[in-house]
Amino acid sequence: MSAEDTRRGPAAVVDAYVAAFEGFERSLNGAGAGRLHDRRREAIARVADLGLPTSRYEAWSHTNPAPLTHTFFAPVAEPGPLTAAEVRPLLAAGVDGPVLVFVDGCFAPDLSRAGALPGGVQVRSLGELRPEEWEGLDDLGAHTLDLDESFAALGTAFVRDGAFISVPAGVAVEAPIQILHAASGQGLTTPRTIVATGANSRVTLIETFAGTGGGDGRLAAPVTEISVGPGAAVEYGRVHLHGPSACHAGTLHVKEAAEARFTAHTLCLSGRAVREDVTTLIDGEGIDSTLNGLFLPRGRELVDNYTTIEHAAPNCSSHELYKGILGGRAQGVFRGKIHVHQAAQKTDAFQSNQNLLLSDDAQVTSKPQLEIYADDVRCSHGSTTGQLDAGALFYLRSRGVGLAEARRVLTRAFAGELVERVTHEGLRAHVEALVSRRVDEVLAEEETL
Amino acid sequence: MLEITNLHAAVEETPILKGVDLAVGPGEIHAVMGPNGSGKSTLAQVLAGHEAFDVTGGSVSYEGRDLLDMDPEDRAREGLFLAFQYPVEIPGVNTTYFLRTGLNEIRRHRGEEEVDAIDFLALIRQKLELVEMDESFLRRSVNEGFSGGEKKRHEILQMAVLEPRLAILDETDSGLDIDALRVVADGVNKLRGPDKSAVVVTHYQRLLNYIVPDYVHVLLDGRIVRSGGADLALRLEEQGYDWIREEAAETAG
Repeated sequence: MSAEDTRRGPAAVVDAYVAAFEGFERSLNGAGAGRLHDRRREAIARVADLGLPTSRYEAWSHTNPAPLTHTFFAPVAEPGPLTAAEVRPLLAAGVDGPVLVFVDGCFAPDLSRAGALPGGVQVRSLGELRPEEWEGLDDLGAHTLDLDESFAALGTAFVRDGAFISVPAGVAVEAPIQILHAASGQGLTTPRTIVATGANSRVTLIETFAGTGGGDGRLAAPVTEISVGPGAAVEYGRVHLHGPSACHAGTLHVKEAAEARFTAHTLCLSGRAVREDVTTLIDGEGIDSTLNGLFLPRGRELVDNYTTIEHAAPNCSSHELYKGILGGRAQGVFRGKIHVHQAAQKTDAFQSNQNLLLSDDAQVTSKPQLEIYADDVRCSHGSTTGQLDAGALFYLRSRGVGLAEARRVLTRAFAGELVERVTHEGLRAHVEALVSRRVDEVLAEEETL
Repeated sequence: MLEITNLHAAVEETPILKGVDLAVGPGEIHAVMGPNGSGKSTLAQVLAGHEAFDVTGGSVSYEGRDLLDMDPEDRAREGLFLAFQYPVEIPGVNTTYFLRTGLNEIRRHRGEEEVDAIDFLALIRQKLELVEMDESFLRRSVNEGFSGGEKKRHEILQMAVLEPRLAILDETDSGLDIDALRVVADGVNKLRGPDKSAVVVTHYQRLLNYIVPDYVHVLLDGRIVRSGGADLALRLEEQGYDWIREEAAETAG
């Protein structure tokens, strides 16, 4: 690390964010008041208080956070231009339903689509909410600010707008809801999504983080909060389509009520340094919760999956499967914490992390972390890291399949287990196409060596 | 068609094949027999191009080309097929996709048009009948959860789809009950033709009741020590390998 980098270390960067907040406040004019702005103020105070992480922090001990913390990313003041033609390839083709597009954190109605929805379902931008509607929103930053996570606080401090999804009790939304957060230029963007689902409702969502170009000098600090009502079923996809130079420090926080069914699919396709904090709070009996994740870094990219499952109630099950496919000199981290509270008897938790290293220089750290305070539980975990199976490669080649194609077939098959878990057919086809393309990119890098 | 001359091969510097000579002409079926550890499977895998084995000497000519200089996929595209002793399970790769990909690679290599999904289904149904396999196998991952007999039938199914000119069967009979053995043998016999050859590697004579070979060779300690007709296999069945060992020791001494 050069001397210059040291001078620009986290403390100086925090000061720069605090200073930028004053300018941001002034720019808000009339909007700089009320409940939302109270949250922003709390959040910037939290950023100042916490500072930005270094690898000495326990939660960052396997990652060098420098790309995220040693540079001040000026909050984007005005949304840049983005055309429908640029947006289209980032969305699932041929999938009906509403689309909310945000450019540099601001709602872009011209690029969005209302879609047909059952009565009472809201798919809107936060900016459209009336002050009295805010009062009902307990979730905005409420649990994420308690997480002591600098980037969740940073994302809250500079939030301008966001997606607001509300599904009333008993309502099933058939068409998936697509949310796209696109960045057009340099600097910090703070995408925000709040999802609230009522009792026995059902909804499928896919949230995509993307940007134009390579993403140099860009940091996304998105925060998504999902509240799953009693007996509700929510399937949520989280897709990163950043450019190879873009940074991402995201937070997904889920709170599940009794008898809820929740599944998350996190798909991290690219980005210079990507950190994703995923937490689900199992907060009622009879919950079934699934966290799926697939990450495919190559080159010098870094992906850090920091997942936490809080089993706070008895008689619940959780399933976690994260797979990494790494090429070049890429680094991957999987941290899977399963915290079984004393009250959470009869918990059934299973965690698996499987990594495929396509190059000798790629590295992955797998860290299961089971903290169990109840005595009548079943918790198991497994972790494997290896290369493509030589026997399977030879078998394919002996049937006439060339080496490059055989590697492709086996790598896609490795990823396929997670792709197949996406329930909605149209979204699955979308995810499959993205994964196939990315697998080709990662393998192509190996072939040119 | 196939000419093996003084072939030497080793695995991790341990010599396994120590000078194998074998010539297979068009339309011929050769059985290679021998006790455990004699190098039978190594020979089969070296011919298919398995990288775990180092060829340390000798040559193999296949249809006039240097076989040892070819990648495994090129050997397959040129009509060589190995039925594996231990077929590999490939989770997540659908059997139909696997079969069709291999077939199309080989067709492309021959300058033929690729087979689309519909034509392939018609073709595969016909081949499935040959090995008495159910269509439901096609929807499963390659060999995953297949029984031992199912895996061997699947090897013969692949052979039937790819239509090789030279098939090498590596202990395809091991672990099969008599019905499965008959199915496998029928499958092989139906693929016989004036320009199609096979090397049947086996420990037991049993399979050779169904697939009658033109020649039988005995492999012992990495060399072919005796060759003969189908009756040689019968004598081995009755008398075991000891007399061959003694004979070989005398020749060497």
